[in-house]
Amino acid sequence: MTTTTTAINESPTVTKTNGRQESYLNASYGIRSWLLTLDHKRIGVLYLICITAFFMIGGVFAGLIRLELTTPQGDLVSSETYNKLFTMHGVMMIFFFLIPSVPAVLGNFILPIMIGAKDVAFPKLNLLSWYCFLAGGSLAFLAILLGGIDTGWTFYTPYSSTYSNSWVGLALAGVFINGFSSILTGVNFLTTVHKMRAPGMTWFRLPLFIWAQYATSLIMVLGTPVVAITLLLVLLERVFGIGIFDPALGGDPILFQHMFWFYSHPAVYIMIVPGFGVISEVIACFSRKAIFGYSFVAFSSLAIALLGFLVWGHHMFTTGQSLYAGMVFSFITFLIAVPTAVKIFNWTATMYRGSISLDSPMLYALGFIGLFLIGGLTGLFLSTMATDIHLHDTYFVVAHFHYVMVGGMVMAFLSGIHFWWPKMTGRIYNEGMGKTGAILIFTGFNLTFFPQFVLGYMGMPRRYHVYPEEWQGLHIMSTAGAIVLAIGYALLVFCLLYSLFRGERASANPWKAKGLEWEIPSPPTLHNFDSIPIVTSEAYAYEEEDVTLAEKAAADATEEVAH
Amino acid sequence: MTTHAHEGPLQHHFDDLRQQYEAANMGMWAFIAQEIMFFGGMFGAYTVYRYKYMAAFVEGSNSLPIQWGALNTAILIASSFTVAMAVRSAQLGHARAILNWLLGTMVLGVAFLGVKVIEYSHKWHHHLIPSRDFRYEGLLDPGQMKIFYSFYFAMTGMHAIHMIIGIGLMFWLIPKIRRGTYSADYYSPIENFGLYWHFVDIVWIFLFPLLYLIGREPWISI
Repeated sequence: MTTTTTAINESPTVTKTNGRQESYLNASYGIRSWLLTLDHKRIGVLYLICITAFFMIGGVFAGLIRLELTTPQGDLVSSETYNKLFTMHGVMMIFFFLIPSVPAVLGNFILPIMIGAKDVAFPKLNLLSWYCFLAGGSLAFLAILLGGIDTGWTFYTPYSSTYSNSWVGLALAGVFINGFSSILTGVNFLTTVHKMRAPGMTWFRLPLFIWAQYATSLIMVLGTPVVAITLLLVLLERVFGIGIFDPALGGDPILFQHMFWFYSHPAVYIMIVPGFGVISEVIACFSRKAIFGYSFVAFSSLAIALLGFLVWGHHMFTTGQSLYAGMVFSFITFLIAVPTAVKIFNWTATMYRGSISLDSPMLYALGFIGLFLIGGLTGLFLSTMATDIHLHDTYFVVAHFHYVMVGGMVMAFLSGIHFWWPKMTGRIYNEGMGKTGAILIFTGFNLTFFPQFVLGYMGMPRRYHVYPEEWQGLHIMSTAGAIVLAIGYALLVFCLLYSLFRGERASANPWKAKGLEWEIPSPPTLHNFDSIPIVTSEAYAYEEEDVTLAEKAAADATEEVAH
Repeated sequence: MTTHAHEGPLQHHFDDLRQQYEAANMGMWAFIAQEIMFFGGMFGAYTVYRYKYMAAFVEGSNSLPIQWGALNTAILIASSFTVAMAVRSAQLGHARAILNWLLGTMVLGVAFLGVKVIEYSHKWHHHLIPSRDFRYEGLLDPGQMKIFYSFYFAMTGMHAIHMIIGIGLMFWLIPKIRRGTYSADYYSPIENFGLYWHFVDIVWIFLFPLLYLIGREPWISI
């Protein structure tokens, strides 16, 4: 993207204070300057710190689950404790890590810069969203400390509303408050993309990351309030026994499932569509090509967001839902595979004849494509009603959504973190360590979750910690994989933290990438741009530059011949 | 880009007041879309149970005091007028008039909540609050009646919370109006507050017929 601000890096207006480059990191100091900041970049960093903490808490539970499952007997923890372990793993990972991961961290940091804005439209609401997130996460964490919750992350009634004796109310309150954080982020991004684009930044010049965030924000704004009211009704039922969801009181538990999945299925797309945006950026940069079929990739995000609201019933094929409703839900679920496949095909087409370099972000992106493909295709097994009856609530489902959520979203998030880390921190991490981490995570992930497809197909139900002895081999493979995965994550955290202290200073554009964020210094200054950029070309103009270079080389050659 | 944070009403990250106004407006509409989905969840659940337990819902509707409901509807429609006038005054830059119209809106809002308190306390005395203490002596299934009252309290209660937030917002706006913050060039907080208040009114316009009117037999006295 060529703009009038290309000269900023060299521009003398970047003032040096004590010989250091001025940036958002040293614009002010002290804990207050962070906790009361209205800067979208600092809020993104605050989110990053918090979701990493929640990821580690969720990861500890995952580790305990895998440890318990190495033996067929329930010998490490009791059944009650096991119920709590998988519930708290799910609640922490879904509500407090996956949902805010790409939008709230990378989106907050990069989105305003990408469209040439000085900040999001509502900086105060942005800070408020972080506090809602922190408050919600703290309540959920408090519920864990006090003794945990055992309903499963889905809070199915009437167990959650009437019978469970664990800290359901507190956890529900935490998830409810956290919902405000999603909604505020969504409202902010929608408005920012509509109203804050720099001159010349037309809709079809937007980086695909922005389209993905936009589609995600629509889901956040339209889906989150429905789960909010649903969980509120569960809370009221728990406190007052109002009887809306408990059949013993005249209520309907299936209604709860409809209302819950009306949000929570679109929420699955909150947990993957922003990742698609990251992958588009990374694939284009490391293939040195414009994304193949830009408008198809852009609109497929919107199509997924829209269709995502019409498929919730595929979680309920084995409930009392009408068979005919089930058929419609099944068909629309197949339909979602179309825009998703458009993305996968277009990314591979982008790489075709590109000059691919395998840096860490690209390794994660390639891992994403492979793993997400498996996750997506196994989703089709589950959206077929007949096979779902067999596979429902087995480890096949567990493996499927981990391939989508971890193999998809976590890989995309890590790809994005590695891609924009030099921009966020101004430091270059050790590429060798980064690549080793990516390979370890990819290997460990497959070793952990591929055996679970087999286990599920053979009939191992999810949420059980006692199983027949003949499945122990596969479970041991899975646990061994989890250890590799944990080492991979530890290496990645070490690699990034180490770069903060020992890493080389990053130039404005270490990847030679296109996009407004690469035309300002690393790390950016407080207000992002010294002057408002004017955009004059499409996104991903990688080939133009290479053509110019080739022409120049050819011209040089002719000149030499002439001499 | 200079570093001064606020010069007049224009915030530093906007280019001009026009952009700031449009952003605030769009943000408010997105927020209202979110609110529609929030109340929509309850309206959806209400519809399911009305269909399922028709008789109980009809008897429930008949038991609600229609005169109080009608009075509250009139109060809220009047408050829609006052808040619309407040927005108009803001567009014309008449600070004094904004203040008066908002005070009028506030009085009407408090009156609405007062009527709601009367209705709720009436239910309290008759043990019609859906809790373990719920008592119903009619011919229908008490569990079904309890579900009707659950929806009555959940829906009107959530609406009342939105009214209280609206009144709180006026307490936040009024000192700013007195300080002369708003003018014909900059009035988007007043306008967006107006949008919010109208939205809350419209929710009641749906609640009143759903809870008090449909299935009602006019000759049954209360």
